Amino acid sequence: MAVGDRVDRVDAIAKVTGKARYTDDFFRPGTLVAKYLRSSIAHGRVTGLSVEKARELEGVEAVFTYEDVPPIKVATAGHPYSLDPAHADVADKLLLTDRIKHLGDEIAIVVAENELIADEALALVEVEYEEYPALTTPEKILAPDARKIHEDSSNVVGEHQYECGGKLDEAFELADLIHEEQYYTAMVQHVHLENHTALAYMDDLDHIVVISSTQIPHIARRVVGQALGIPWGRVRVIKPYIGGGFGNKQDVILEPMVAFLTSKLDGQPVRLTLSREECMLCTRNRHPMDFEVKLGMKEDGTAVARMVDVISMTGGYASHGHSIVAAGGSKSCLLYPRMTIGYHARTLYANIPVGGAMRAYGSPQITFAIESAMDDAARKLGVDPVEMRIKNAARQGDINPFSKLPISSCGLVECLEKGRSLIRWDEKREDYRNHKSGKIRYGLGVACFSYGTGTYPVCVEIAGARIILNQDGSIHVQTGATEIGQGSDTAVAQMAAKTLGIPVENVHIVSTQDTDVTPFDTGAYASRQAYVVGNAVYKAATELKQKILDYAALLTGFPAASLDLKGESIVNITDNNTSVISLNDLALSSYYDKEKGGQLTADVSHKTTTNAPSFGCTFVDVAVDIPLCKVTINEIYNIHDSGVIINPVMAKGQVEGGMAMGIGAALSEQVLIDQETGRVHNNNMLDYKVPTFTDVPDIHHDFVETVEPTASYGNKSLGEPPIISPPPAIRNAILDATGVAVNELPMSPQVLFKAFKSHGLLKP
Amino acid sequence: MNKIITFTVNGKKRELNVDVRSSLLDVLREIVGMTGAKEGCGVGECGACSVLVDDLLVDSCIYMAVWADGKSIRTVEGECRDGKLSSVQKSYVEKGAVQCGFCTPGFVMASTAFKERFKDKTFTRDDIRREHAGNICRCTGYESIIEAVEQSMEED
Ligand code: FES
Ligand code: FES
Repeated sequence: MAVGDRVDRVDAIAKVTGKARYTDDFFRPGTLVAKYLRSSIAHGRVTGLSVEKARELEGVEAVFTYEDVPPIKVATAGHPYSLDPAHADVADKLLLTDRIKHLGDEIAIVVAENELIADEALALVEVEYEEYPALTTPEKILAPDARKIHEDSSNVVGEHQYECGGKLDEAFELADLIHEEQYYTAMVQHVHLENHTALAYMDDLDHIVVISSTQIPHIARRVVGQALGIPWGRVRVIKPYIGGGFGNKQDVILEPMVAFLTSKLDGQPVRLTLSREECMLCTRNRHPMDFEVKLGMKEDGTAVARMVDVISMTGGYASHGHSIVAAGGSKSCLLYPRMTIGYHARTLYANIPVGGAMRAYGSPQITFAIESAMDDAARKLGVDPVEMRIKNAARQGDINPFSKLPISSCGLVECLEKGRSLIRWDEKREDYRNHKSGKIRYGLGVACFSYGTGTYPVCVEIAGARIILNQDGSIHVQTGATEIGQGSDTAVAQMAAKTLGIPVENVHIVSTQDTDVTPFDTGAYASRQAYVVGNAVYKAATELKQKILDYAALLTGFPAASLDLKGESIVNITDNNTSVISLNDLALSSYYDKEKGGQLTADVSHKTTTNAPSFGCTFVDVAVDIPLCKVTINEIYNIHDSGVIINPVMAKGQVEGGMAMGIGAALSEQVLIDQETGRVHNNNMLDYKVPTFTDVPDIHHDFVETVEPTASYGNKSLGEPPIISPPPAIRNAILDATGVAVNELPMSPQVLFKAFKSHGLLKP
Repeated sequence: MNKIITFTVNGKKRELNVDVRSSLLDVLREIVGMTGAKEGCGVGECGACSVLVDDLLVDSCIYMAVWADGKSIRTVEGECRDGKLSSVQKSYVEKGAVQCGFCTPGFVMASTAFKERFKDKTFTRDDIRREHAGNICRCTGYESIIEAVEQSMEED
């Protein structure tokens, strides 16, 4: 019933007909256009700026520079407000600056009648710089004489270290094999199809309205208030449909600026829409990371100890900063929980584009390192990589060594077994023994992942749901959960329908987020929404149902305990479910009876104080063309334990989309940064290799459905996890095919060429 | 400089005074008021702005509005008639080929062109891939889009 069904997305028809409205679709004639003046260097100081000619150009409304903005630094990360100042995000961003920290840093902004005039005006601005050496690598950034990128920081944004599940030295003593290796993952990007865009105007003299493509409307409201130094209640953020985010819109990037501009321009509407090139250079990216891994294994493939030392680079501003590497590290402890784990992580400022949240938040990088190391060790020990993982994999009831809490549900072993049989692992492994030489070589790879659901206990997990019984007996649901394409609205409709007992067709969803109206929720990130909003929807639906039954009891005289809501009627369960009153009649009475009733609603704000672990794995079969340095995926499967699947069609979509992104990160995607200058070579969709239709093979998936006891509907994270394990699985398959351990991402032809050459597979 | 041009959009005749520097996409979105076609890059890389000009699939962001003079334009808004989705639209809904939906208007037009072109021909999954290669989707991994196109080919 409802949950678990193949329900069509509630917004699908709006989207296939072109009726769905996104931020830019609210543009109306007369809206002013804003454009940034961006730095042409990656590190330095503005020593001269002349904007007079631009100001005088006809059609230019205003030019603002770093001298005109509030002297307030804010933290842009889309995190809940931290009551504990020690855990607050780093506040290091001004609206405009003369201290250049990355290529494209924002120095001034032009507001004009239209884009063409804004461009002309920008060309008239003269800038002089004092340029400093670009600090682009950990060696340069950590050098004793390195310049401080932010005056008040040592260039280290965060650092932490821990051991869990035992004493690390003692655990390494037990190992028969110690494997030590370095791994590296490159900076990659979200490349959501809709660039960052925001539009603002004022309703009166006090209230600023911002329409924005954001994953975090309620947080954006707060950060706009902070950045402008105005009460937060004077800011209203509206989020219509959004063209993807993948974490890049879990950051407050444009909203404070458009709000500032409209407030300076008598409330005129102002739009700030980034071009693709700006969006790729000046929003957020996945942090590149350098790893040193030390893994201790018993001869039989039992993992006993693992130490990971990692350096993450966050670019010119902290944004999500150290949280990324911290979250990735802690979530990876769930995967093989019966070993001793050590972790040391540092996050550095760098004169490269800014790192922020991206799908799976640090886990893809860390999982690449540890799952590559696992296969390296399996090879040295001569054990089967699947068997080795089954031996060490988390099981329900294991204690998570990091949180010390029991793992509440876990189907990882079943995922591995399912994947092994789907890809015909044993049979193909036998067959591929004869394909390890020559030009085309075949191999199989596997990798696992663990992930969390939400951010508790690091952050608050608050979600709101409001459900109203309409005059016609249908219901309207408002939540603070943000639909960003992942299908949150549809999942909420299914959940509400299930708990109330009504058909999903009778549920209407308010999709637009409006901070003046919708219940508070922190937004779409950490694969949290279906889990935490699920708990809020369950409570609200249960409460509304009780109100409906109580009112039915009042109207019909039957005791409420003998009544239930089934479909479109209230039925008497003690009398063969005979209908006692239709929901429609009940609703009409509740609104229009002159003496009794009233609008039946439930309004719930719920804090979830649990975090559900989710698991899964990738199996892949590849052909490696040695002379062409090209990898072809013959077959690929992701198998997930995401608890109960709310909607199989939408779940399939999340898995397939995540896998395609994982394949991109594995084989082609990389932000190319010049190490000398900090310049970016490929901030466009031609040179940055997002997988196109012809690059993605047929994609397969399956689920192992466990029931998560802490979720009202048994579900766990699914939006982010599918991206995590494809890259290490592909890497391990290349290793199986060629014997060459490629220890960096992406495994592009250039990287494979170097690796094959140094292993003698290609002539120098 | 401005120029008066005439074209039909989804069968309706329009006469417009346009800046000669405008793209067809800007004119459709900002003058005609049809915001179905989207801008994902503005330079012909992503296909979000795809429309049909005389039944040929083009990136309207790099197609000058003045080139459309005298031509007939089809956009996503014209594909649903009398409250009935086209077979392509219906298949996209049923196969879950829509997530954020920002690429969808462009894809619907690309698939419509594919359907018209391959109506009585045999085709493979690779033909579908190749014929949609100018449209990028970052959400779906394309698998459900292939399934939607396959289903649409079986319907009228
Ligand atoms: S917007 Fe036209 S191709 Fe990207
Ligand atoms: S559905 Fe989001 S880009 Fe295709």
